[in-house]
Amino acid sequence: MTYVIGPPAPGKLYPSVEVALADLLRDGMRLMSGGFGLSGIAEACIDEIARRGPRDLTVISNNCGNQGQGLAVLLQKKLVRAVICSYVGGNPDLAEQYLAGTVAVELNPQGTFAERIRAGGAGLGGFFTPVGAGTVVAEGKESRMLDGKLQIFETPLRADLTIIRAQVADRFGNARFHRTARNFSPLMATAATETVLEADTLVDVGAIDPDDVHLPGIYVDRIVHVPRHRDVIEFRTTRPGSQP
Amino acid sequence: MSWSREQMIRRAAAEVRPGMIVNLGIGMPTEVANEIAPGAGVMLQSENGLLGMGPYPYDEQVDPLLINAGKQTVTAVAGASTFDSAASFAMIRGGHVDLAILGGLEVAANGDLANWTVPGKLITGMGGAMDLAAGARRLLVLQSHASKDGKPKLVAKLTLPLTALGCVDRVITELGVFDPTGDGFRCVERAADVTEDQVRALTGAPVAF
Repeated sequence: MTYVIGPPAPGKLYPSVEVALADLLRDGMRLMSGGFGLSGIAEACIDEIARRGPRDLTVISNNCGNQGQGLAVLLQKKLVRAVICSYVGGNPDLAEQYLAGTVAVELNPQGTFAERIRAGGAGLGGFFTPVGAGTVVAEGKESRMLDGKLQIFETPLRADLTIIRAQVADRFGNARFHRTARNFSPLMATAATETVLEADTLVDVGAIDPDDVHLPGIYVDRIVHVPRHRDVIEFRTTRPGSQP
Repeated sequence: MSWSREQMIRRAAAEVRPGMIVNLGIGMPTEVANEIAPGAGVMLQSENGLLGMGPYPYDEQVDPLLINAGKQTVTAVAGASTFDSAASFAMIRGGHVDLAILGGLEVAANGDLANWTVPGKLITGMGGAMDLAAGARRLLVLQSHASKDGKPKLVAKLTLPLTALGCVDRVITELGVFDPTGDGFRCVERAADVTEDQVRALTGAPVAF
């Protein structure tokens, strides 16, 4: 007997971020956004969320934008109620609204932040970590001596919607990222009810070798081909001369 | 005479052994990279998902999606790898990074480190500082020995918010090299012409020479 499984039925590919996000945005939702600072962010999705303007968002992102750009636009439009992140430096919009008391900020050690998202996507109830033990991060958390080290219990993070960008994706959602643009994106894709991926390049199913897939398509719900990105560089550092 | 910033950076680079995996913090520690001998087989780890970080790119090499933890454009050396943030911090937390060099605000005699925030100043967040401090196999701190008005930054007990407990192995300041010993510091090396009395006067805990 022979039988054929796949390729998967079409249905994940959307013509634009407007259409892909149309029925996914609502007030009070929890939004995860990949990227490190402004590098590797889902620019088209962020622009569309800013245009649509859902309010009272909880944003889960390492930086929540920077230098007035990226997710900082959502802050400027006063759409954000709370931010869960690891670093707010270089983000005056967040600092200002945090100090004014209009946005709640929950700071996490960066590795704890990443692992909480991983745990959220992996069906775990949380984990113990030595990072943050004895510090302000440990306040109100269960702690135990494990392996001779004081460790604190951290809970998983999940979201209603994750928005990420990849360098290349196929129609099933298998994706590859470029260089340090991977960061939190594949983790966040696992930890949300819906994941929307904007891909620089869209390829046929089978074009990405199975061994080269960074994010398996099981975690991606909607795909949009977004060939152009602004790719704002926060600090353009170079060395003198030219490439030998 | 106390060490200059450049001398401190060179002294820190001397702690980097061939073949080590090293993570350099933002600021002065980043500059240690310039003093590591090429060919030493040292791989630099960048918390945002890069093992094998190279120097800044030539102008035409700039890639907006290849950056370091300070969001500066960088390059990747031959043999480099990229990975997600959970994998990156598994390396850091799991003790796979041989040496981390971080900036400091205060180090206590028991090895406690404060380097992420000062009460009353604009908060920036800890980023990866707590993970690196708690997880690196060996932690070297580069910082000034005392404030401008002479307040010690090597202390018996921290006055600033903790980054990680008992994590510091060695501190390099403009006065020399100091290892926390539990109830004080051992002076491993002194800058030329700096006296034991000068060190004692600017240190907030007992110093052994």
